Amino acid sequence: MKTSFNIQNAVAALVVAGLVLLPAYSVLSGNVFVLTLFTRIVILALAASSLNLIMGYGGMMSFGHAAYLGIGGYAVGILAAEGFGSGFIQFPVALAASALFAFVVGALSLRTRGVYFIMITLAFAQMAYYVASGLARYGGDDGLTIYKRSDFAGLINLSNRVQFYYLCLACLLGVIYLIWRIVNSRFGLVVQGLRSNEQRMQAIGFPATRYKLVCFVISGVLCGLAGALLANNTDFVSPAVMYWTRSGDLMVMVILGGMGSLFGPVVGAVVYLLLEELLSQVTEYWALIMGPLLLLIVLFGRGGIMGLLGRFSRG
Amino acid sequence: MADALLRVDNLVRRFGGVIATDHVSLEVLRGELHAIIGPNGAGKTTLISQLTGHLVPQGGSIYLGGRDITALPAYRRSALGLARSFQITSLLLDFTAADNVALAAQAHDGHSFRFFRNARKEESLRNAALTALRRVGLGDRADVLVSRLSHGEQRELELAVALATRPQLLLLDEPMAGLGATESARMVKLLQELRKEVTIVLVEHDMEAVFALADRISVLVYGRVIASGAASEIRRNEEVKRAYLGDQHAVVRHD
Repeated sequence: MKTSFNIQNAVAALVVAGLVLLPAYSVLSGNVFVLTLFTRIVILALAASSLNLIMGYGGMMSFGHAAYLGIGGYAVGILAAEGFGSGFIQFPVALAASALFAFVVGALSLRTRGVYFIMITLAFAQMAYYVASGLARYGGDDGLTIYKRSDFAGLINLSNRVQFYYLCLACLLGVIYLIWRIVNSRFGLVVQGLRSNEQRMQAIGFPATRYKLVCFVISGVLCGLAGALLANNTDFVSPAVMYWTRSGDLMVMVILGGMGSLFGPVVGAVVYLLLEELLSQVTEYWALIMGPLLLLIVLFGRGGIMGLLGRFSRG
Repeated sequence: MADALLRVDNLVRRFGGVIATDHVSLEVLRGELHAIIGPNGAGKTTLISQLTGHLVPQGGSIYLGGRDITALPAYRRSALGLARSFQITSLLLDFTAADNVALAAQAHDGHSFRFFRNARKEESLRNAALTALRRVGLGDRADVLVSRLSHGEQRELELAVALATRPQLLLLDEPMAGLGATESARMVKLLQELRKEVTIVLVEHDMEAVFALADRISVLVYGRVIASGAASEIRRNEEVKRAYLGDQHAVVRHD
């Protein structure tokens, strides 16, 4: 099935080119807002991509992925509040804390399947949410303002909009490259095999839980990175970033763009967040329009937007 | 018996009030093809599932090569050289035939915590896969998605997957299920070849195939082994005839 022209790849390339050139447009047109918006989009695309690794490739429907956004964010916020402003401390701590949380959640939840797995991951995320709400020293319910962005010793200035945007974009593209390597590696084939037929994989000699757990932890770490970036972007972190609706947003981005497609979550994040932005300018009931739109895509475009494009190019 | 590769002692498994495996004991000798036959619902698949570790027995023990494997999970048994095929074809449908077999080879080539190299480009795994595929006559179907293979081809692929784990003991759960006459004949021929290299436990409904292949046969009825012995003895066994073979005119005709 070799086609000289593949619409999915073309769209992915177009989106990436657009993201790379965006700051130039922003500077030339003097439109600062568009850069702020797209920084957010890029960060959430990174989070959605991390979710896609377990959901699309691993078949693990985590409904608590926003927890890592919060954990990464709070790692940055708390360290900043305690006087550790260096990004070389904040980011590794953010990733390590996410890894630890993912390990605990995964070790307990991967014993279950289907709906139970969804509920347990959701429960853990809600637990994280309430723990953060109870952190009176760090703002509790109101959240925690971050007065100074992560400091990378002059290497890169996160307070510079363009530099920060490119840092986020580099993280996104780096993570996508990593996921691409992972899903084609031995490890990735095992994980996808487990999605397809776990009993079979056990029968040919794979200890299933171990591989799923490692995949779950990798995904959590990558989302923790998104969380650390997001906190820097908003100069603020609050329990709200962990709320279950946020996990739902991430899931929607993945499903909308295309589960198990490398660039699907990026396309999903761009479309979802742009639509949200545009529709909310038209009406405050934007969700009323968004809902049916999502429904249409899920009903008629199994495999999301990327899936639709794939069918399109095959005619 | 010293040369038993697989020994099952007093295995018990109940489902609610139904006793599906009722103190089953049997021995499979190294190098033999041992068939397990029995009417529908006799507990054959339940027994196989306990042997492979997909189902936990409630009593009794299983030894592979003298080692107690009763409590080992499926993947550990696979590592010890026990492979199975499934009664209902159970492959990775969204993978190619070669991928399915290569994964089986990969499972027995160290751990798979390798994250960076493209596994589909690893010569050793691909070659192992191709070798196994050729064994079962699927050499030219390597790059076809499993969901696009015919039923007969999928059954053959099941075998190739099991072979790729380089097993000492092959548990085949109704490999002829749903096959047409020509496909069945091909499968019998294939098993004739394989039995020279590997010990096989064959669960099968097709009596013609069983008597053509088996060295020894155990007959399972209502979860119990009512007879076990050489194929010729089983054919003559009155109790077996009454319980089972009497209904299967094919065998009588074939005699």
